Amino acid sequence: MDIIQELSEQLQQGNPKKAAELTQQAINENIDTKTILDQGLIAGMSVVGEKFKQHEIFLPDVLLAAKAMYAGMDLLKPLMLKEGIPTIGKVVIGTVQGDLHDIGKNLVAIMLKGAGFEVIDLGNDVSPEKFLDTAEKENADIIGMSALLTTTMPVMKKVIDLAKERQIFGKKKFIVGGAPLSTEYAKEIGADAYCFDGMSAVEAVKRFTSISS
Amino acid sequence: MKGKDLRPVVRFLENNLIERIIAEARDIMCKLGIEIHNERILTLLADHGARVDKNTQKVFFNQSLIDKAIAATPHSFKLYDVLGNEAVDLSGFNVNFTPGSAAIYCLDGSTKTVRKPTTSDYIRYAKLMSRMKNIASQSTAMIPSDVHEKISDSYRLYLNLLYCEKPVVTGAFTIEALEIMKELQLAVRGTKENLKAKPLTVFSCCPTSPLKWSEVTSQNLIDCAAYSIPVEYIAMPLSGFMSPVTIVGTLVQHTAETLSGLVISQMFNPGTPVLYGGSPAFFDVRYETTPMGSIATMMIDCAYNEIGKYLSIPTQAYIGLTDAKSLDVQAGFETATGATLAALAGINNISGPGMIDFESCISLEKLVIDNEICGTMLRLVNGIEPKEDFPSLPIFEELLRDKHLLIADHTRKYFKEEDYLPGPVINRANRSRWEEDGSITEWDRATREIEKQLKSYQPTRLAENIQSDLIKLMSAEAHKFGMNELPKRD
Ligand code: B12
Repeated sequence: MDIIQELSEQLQQGNPKKAAELTQQAINENIDTKTILDQGLIAGMSVVGEKFKQHEIFLPDVLLAAKAMYAGMDLLKPLMLKEGIPTIGKVVIGTVQGDLHDIGKNLVAIMLKGAGFEVIDLGNDVSPEKFLDTAEKENADIIGMSALLTTTMPVMKKVIDLAKERQIFGKKKFIVGGAPLSTEYAKEIGADAYCFDGMSAVEAVKRFTSISS
Repeated sequence: MKGKDLRPVVRFLENNLIERIIAEARDIMCKLGIEIHNERILTLLADHGARVDKNTQKVFFNQSLIDKAIAATPHSFKLYDVLGNEAVDLSGFNVNFTPGSAAIYCLDGSTKTVRKPTTSDYIRYAKLMSRMKNIASQSTAMIPSDVHEKISDSYRLYLNLLYCEKPVVTGAFTIEALEIMKELQLAVRGTKENLKAKPLTVFSCCPTSPLKWSEVTSQNLIDCAAYSIPVEYIAMPLSGFMSPVTIVGTLVQHTAETLSGLVISQMFNPGTPVLYGGSPAFFDVRYETTPMGSIATMMIDCAYNEIGKYLSIPTQAYIGLTDAKSLDVQAGFETATGATLAALAGINNISGPGMIDFESCISLEKLVIDNEICGTMLRLVNGIEPKEDFPSLPIFEELLRDKHLLIADHTRKYFKEEDYLPGPVINRANRSRWEEDGSITEWDRATREIEKQLKSYQPTRLAENIQSDLIKLMSAEAHKFGMNELPKRD
């Protein structure tokens, strides 16, 4: 089996050790960085995502595969930096101010990272300023907000309004999620997407960073 | 022997397993500690001998502190309606039902779609609750979307108190909201002493799994304790995700989280009434959800209730609700399975009726169906006992002589209590009679029942002057957030 395909396989099996070894081997064999990333790691993770959706595998399998993804990414990152290959996308994520529910947000963060995105997790009870300051400082492509309470959901609108004020609205994509959210609400406040679970979040972010799934 | 002594009981845990689970939980509390994001509570617990690390906000409990808290906890308490009459007895194996709480959505009866509730939905709900015979208390069941979000938790309680006399199971979303929610209760009872003597509400306070209390919910605990307002600890370990995947492992975590809340309440105000509650779930690794209808979730509920009972503390659980999105077979199956287990386990306050879709949606149609399910369960727990059955010869002589027992004294005396007669939503007509009555589906029977009950609604007997005090308090609160008036209530 060719090494890239084996890397993808091992990632799908959720084997971080093997994934790291194979990534290193591929690097040593001078296979180009982008190929290792796209056809090894990301392609493997896409298969995982599809199988998860079909209930062929379960969430623990996805998170294990994500771990294998990180293991490979850790080795690729320095090369990507050196070769000027941009990361596939950077996401700033957090639970909005006044809300302490972070389980769903954490899961989304893990799955985005697992899909190869760089994720900056601001935790919970995050102020509108902090979302935007971080996104600007880190030059993130996407801002992800979570709210589980009807009472804290309006904070999302504040973040977007502040983004308009600071004239960064339109330059970054806003994705939102959590039990009281909906596509309609996302539209109403000007967010780019509402996602109902981790996988749909990965798909949305892929769409916005123009990576096909 | 009387039937009550032979009350049917379901048990999942043996005493030695309960003891082991409690011992392991106490070990965790003492050795791993519980994170509590609340300076005042950290100081309180340090003063009571716990080791506190202010940097990590971790409290390391000790065995005697835990013993002291358990010893201080009341073994039972009662709730009283707005008029001061006893309404709910939380003791022993008594079973009481209360609707699910804090739904984000309501299922609109006319369009059969979900939407955000408004004041008028809420009033319909509260009025309907006053007519639900088998549901002992009301809850702040949904969040009205037509008031400022900062008052949307207290506003629910306000409407409950104006439209239904039953005691209220509720909760605050912030530290500040509890203040007005307490004021509303003081307005009803008159004084702090009266409120203590006759509790009107129970507040849900949630630890954050794993092994943590947030500032808001821990402050809610002590603010309630200051007024002897009962609380229910609602730990939500999610098996396989935020707690061990096994039921026993999840129970250990639930016990540690609940006992840590117990110590906070009892050290702040010894003797303050509490419910040993929870809303755990066995995490679904396919859909990333927290199913209430999972059999493992229900088993965890019943089992921690056994632990609460072992500690002689009255219990609560979110059980007897469903994850279905509509009123279908899944809804009936999950609700009735949960309600049956909960009733047989003797969970004292069963939070569930009316709720669908992972605690996120209230349906009035479901509420009237569930009222009948609750009636069924209340019958079930009364068990079987002889009622003038011995000696048997006389009644059989009567049967053989008269060829039937329909008009026998024995029949007329006991037919209403030996079986529970559900309806009108649950239908027991034969097909022809059902067709003659219009072949009405369950949904439509539920809708009719709602309208019928709402027509029979009797306004609250709460004194006019108290009602105007409530209105004044709530209006002033709304004013703080820029609302010049509260939504119309007609
Ligand atoms: C677990 C839970 C808690 C835990 C949270 C622990 C934690 N660390 O997060 C605890 C016990 C602490 C808790 C506390 C409270 N809770 Co709570 N809680 C829940 C519960 C049961 C499940 C939430 C959950 O974790 N689900 C599992 C995860 C995996 O799913 P998820 O969160 O929906 O996330 C997924 C998607 O929504 C999406 N997603 C989520 N975020 C994001 C973000 C982005 C960017 C994207 C793309 C996608 C996305 O992807 C995720 C992965 O699949 C819900 C019920 C429900 N139906 O949601 C109530 C619920 C949200 N809680 C509720 C309430 C009322 C409270 C309290 C106020 C109760 C109290 N009085 O103490 C407090 C809140 C205090 C505060 N200020 O925040 C209500 C909300 C009511 C309302 N109308 O707003 C609910 C609906 C339950 C109820 N009916 O009472 N709660």
